[in-house]
Amino acid sequence: MMADDKTSKKDDREILVKVEHLVQTFNKGKKDEVKAIQDISFNIYKGETLGLVGESGSGKTTTGRSIIRLYQPTGGDVLFEGQNIARLRNGSKAMLDFRRKVQMIFQDPYASLNPRMKVKDIIAEGIDIHHLAKSNADRDNRVNALLDEVGLNKDHATRYPHEFSGGQRQRIGIARALAVEPEFIIADEPISALDVSIQAQVVNLLKDIQDKQNLTYLFIAHDLSMVKYISDRIAVMHYGRLVELASADEVYNHPLHPYTQSLLSAIPIPDPEIERKRTPIPYDASKVEDERRRRMVEVYPDHFVFAATDEVAGYKAAAVKSHLVDHPPLVGTTTD
Amino acid sequence: MATNKPAEEPILSVKDLKIDFRTFAGPVHAIRDVSFDLKKGETLAIVGESGSGKSVTVRSIMGLLANNAHIASGQIMFHDADILKKTKRQLNAMRGNDIAMIFQDPMTSLDPTMPIGKQVAEPLRLHTNISEKKALAEAVRVLKLVGIQDAQERLKDYPHQFSGGQRQRIVIAIAIINHPQILLADEPTTALDVTIQAQIIHLLKEIQEKIDTSIIFITHDLGVVAGIADRVAVMYAGKIIEYGTVDEIFYNAQHPYTWGLLEAMPTLETNSDRLYAIPGTPPDLLDPPKGDAFAPRNPFAMQIDLEQQPPFFQVSPTHAAATWLLYPGAPKVELPPEIKRRRQIWETQFAGKEAE
Repeated sequence: MMADDKTSKKDDREILVKVEHLVQTFNKGKKDEVKAIQDISFNIYKGETLGLVGESGSGKTTTGRSIIRLYQPTGGDVLFEGQNIARLRNGSKAMLDFRRKVQMIFQDPYASLNPRMKVKDIIAEGIDIHHLAKSNADRDNRVNALLDEVGLNKDHATRYPHEFSGGQRQRIGIARALAVEPEFIIADEPISALDVSIQAQVVNLLKDIQDKQNLTYLFIAHDLSMVKYISDRIAVMHYGRLVELASADEVYNHPLHPYTQSLLSAIPIPDPEIERKRTPIPYDASKVEDERRRRMVEVYPDHFVFAATDEVAGYKAAAVKSHLVDHPPLVGTTTD
Repeated sequence: MATNKPAEEPILSVKDLKIDFRTFAGPVHAIRDVSFDLKKGETLAIVGESGSGKSVTVRSIMGLLANNAHIASGQIMFHDADILKKTKRQLNAMRGNDIAMIFQDPMTSLDPTMPIGKQVAEPLRLHTNISEKKALAEAVRVLKLVGIQDAQERLKDYPHQFSGGQRQRIVIAIAIINHPQILLADEPTTALDVTIQAQIIHLLKEIQEKIDTSIIFITHDLGVVAGIADRVAVMYAGKIIEYGTVDEIFYNAQHPYTWGLLEAMPTLETNSDRLYAIPGTPPDLLDPPKGDAFAPRNPFAMQIDLEQQPPFFQVSPTHAAATWLLYPGAPKVELPPEIKRRRQIWETQFAGKEAE
């Protein structure tokens, strides 16, 4: 990588999670083998939100689950604070510690809370496992503080999940993740099951908590417009590979990979005048997904695209051209 | 645009509809006095959160309400006949023939044990005396129309052999095979990826032109509405609170709830650190509020909003909103920035045209 002025700021960023050549294959060697992730590498820096977007089946959820080691990676390494998590033994002290530092918020607020447990026991389950509370009173205090943190109140502690709406349940899920004082949270489509007006509430809540506790997020989503709001950087996945990685503004204003462009052009914009002028760009996979060797190349400062060696020059030129315009038109807009 | 079409007789007319659901806790007032018209060839989008009553409204048009539903009052007029008064037999003759429905979840709305050819041909077999061979030939034609490749070879395939997007295309094929006059689409794209969603919306627009049908499109995604609708009705807590042409709703919205929805949608262009979130949650319809149901979440609420339900105030011949802010003596409020931006577009692009 070049060591000029523009890239030197990278050095101040502390890497929290390093994913190197991660491969995840299910049913390996069998007839129904699925190559869910095919060699991806990226870093997650401390304190940032990395948005991971892609369509269903692109491998984004698998990536999240491999990082938290719900799956044993088939190949490659996942380093958390420099430690290779694939080597952690189940039941070891180091594993327990890793499980405390990394938490997950799930997509379905109905399926991810045990219907037979009270809210306070759901939230305190992690506290109990990690022996974080000194006494019962301390446990209750922690639960109440967490409920307050996520915008619920302490009367809710003794109720059951079915008494809550979807948005409230997602808040309980967030409180549960926060209970063990994690450093890194993987949020797997935390808002896709919620109504529009409630989505904004939950996104704002996640942002506030991040600011207060200096958390790092991996935010997995297929709703690209919400991802832009919460993410510092965005990684786009397709068919188990990363195709583009850059800051959120870069990805939205200067998308370079044809798949990213196609994805962005398909997002409906709540503006009839704009919608009348837009046509989704179809994605022709055959052009960029032949058998040639491709890797992530930095074609513009901090902007990586999955490209073969001879495609790099074209992407570089496109990046420069796109940056010449102050406000590039939305992808898919027909100018006439 | 819809506004330029000559005023036509509505093909469907819902009047003063009130529906309660009997529950152990008491009656839930799911639909509280809803009226609207659907014109021939137009797409009407009904927008609202879950529980606002949009699905119940279209299900009542199809005669598909749950057993504990009680229609307290109202009429649904379709060709001079009230759908609510139809017998089971008359409803069966109408469903899937004159009025057809596209459901949200393509995974559960197909029969997993029946080949898709038979499923697509079924409405035709039920409503006409056509032979099975001819019906299957027609099924192939319709499957091609909705973009299923090699439809002929795939007639004997089962739903699980298709992807989510393809299954939704099959569901649409079933709905349109009898060339219905009205298509009811209940969140037909919510379960799909954005790229597939764009294809399905494009497909619906194409079909509408080909078979000249009217569409009621239910969604909570305002982006989708902007792309497909001619007119929009916004529902909240079992009532329509604002309706108008798509431009009137997106650029000249009057109800604070519509403002909230528009603000809460991130547009890809605007750069802001925080999203606007409508505070609070929708009211409990077991015991609906006395005044404007949105008042407790409404930063612009006035005393009267808590006491008395606002009537519809007409903004233009096609646009009306039920908010006391439109009452002649109401104080002028400072519009939220996003709504101000949209008003400017309205004033420069549309306001002049209307006067012509």
